[in-house]
Amino acid sequence: MDNSHLSSSQPTKKINWFAFSAPSRFYALTQKVIPLCWFMALSFGIAGLVIGLLYAPTDATQGDSYRIIFIHVPSAWMSMVLYTAMAFWAAIGLIFNARLAYRLSISIAPTGALMTFIALWTGALWGKPTWGTWWVWDARLTTELILLFLYIGYISLYQAIDDERKAAKAASLLAIIGVVNVPIIYFSVKWWNTLHQGATITMTKAPSMESSMLLALLLMTVAFWAYAFAAVFTRTNQTSLIEDHHADWVKTVLTSSKASS
Amino acid sequence: MIWGSFSEFISMRGYALYVWGSFGMTALLMAWEVLQLRKKKRELHLGRDV
Repeated sequence: MDNSHLSSSQPTKKINWFAFSAPSRFYALTQKVIPLCWFMALSFGIAGLVIGLLYAPTDATQGDSYRIIFIHVPSAWMSMVLYTAMAFWAAIGLIFNARLAYRLSISIAPTGALMTFIALWTGALWGKPTWGTWWVWDARLTTELILLFLYIGYISLYQAIDDERKAAKAASLLAIIGVVNVPIIYFSVKWWNTLHQGATITMTKAPSMESSMLLALLLMTVAFWAYAFAAVFTRTNQTSLIEDHHADWVKTVLTSSKASS
Repeated sequence: MIWGSFSEFISMRGYALYVWGSFGMTALLMAWEVLQLRKKKRELHLGRDV
């Protein structure tokens, strides 16, 4: 497809970020990034799984059940990061009345909900052998469950309203109000005396983990980030192709893909 | 490699249900999301006349 508008119209030194608010430019840029993201998700994921499942030593107290950490922690991080990003783009959408921002926001939601579900599911499967229960109404677990309901509520509200603009506005408001839950999830283990343990890795302290465990966790975290970027950008661009199907750039994209396939 | 045999690895020394239940569900959900996106992509590129 034609990318000439990306390179030629902009000065080389300064990037005009508002240029990317046009769906066509966003599409052209992200279509190049998406394959790289899938590749990173796959390669870092495989490396993380190999190190985490085959080489990281067995935990002295938890045995091999601790290996759940390699997906539990990255998915829990992503659940909060994605919600924050979703609320951020919802706010940008409201402030600037920007369609692409709304589109990005709603595209984040399914992947965010998926990450939240994985965090809860793996938490239950980790809780059973270590705490003796699948579920407790502990502050961390409860607020994470609320996060899942916020994602579902946001998606449902978006779909319930027929008028696209009204739907985006109402759902965005819900997303923004719900963002207060994110710091509550993060600090819940500090504020309340909960069953869920505190953070293993923080910005201020050196991590209290064996190095191969830490390496596996970092690789899996990169893999989950890359996966989220790839899935979200793919969904955003698909939504652009559907909603802007009358636009010339969409016709060009679809014609060229048909010709090449 | 920390495992003596393949069966020991599969058994996760008693935690197979929890470990494979976690990794399995994650793989399943991610594969499902990727398949949904691919399905949509096929519909978009082949289904519409332009």
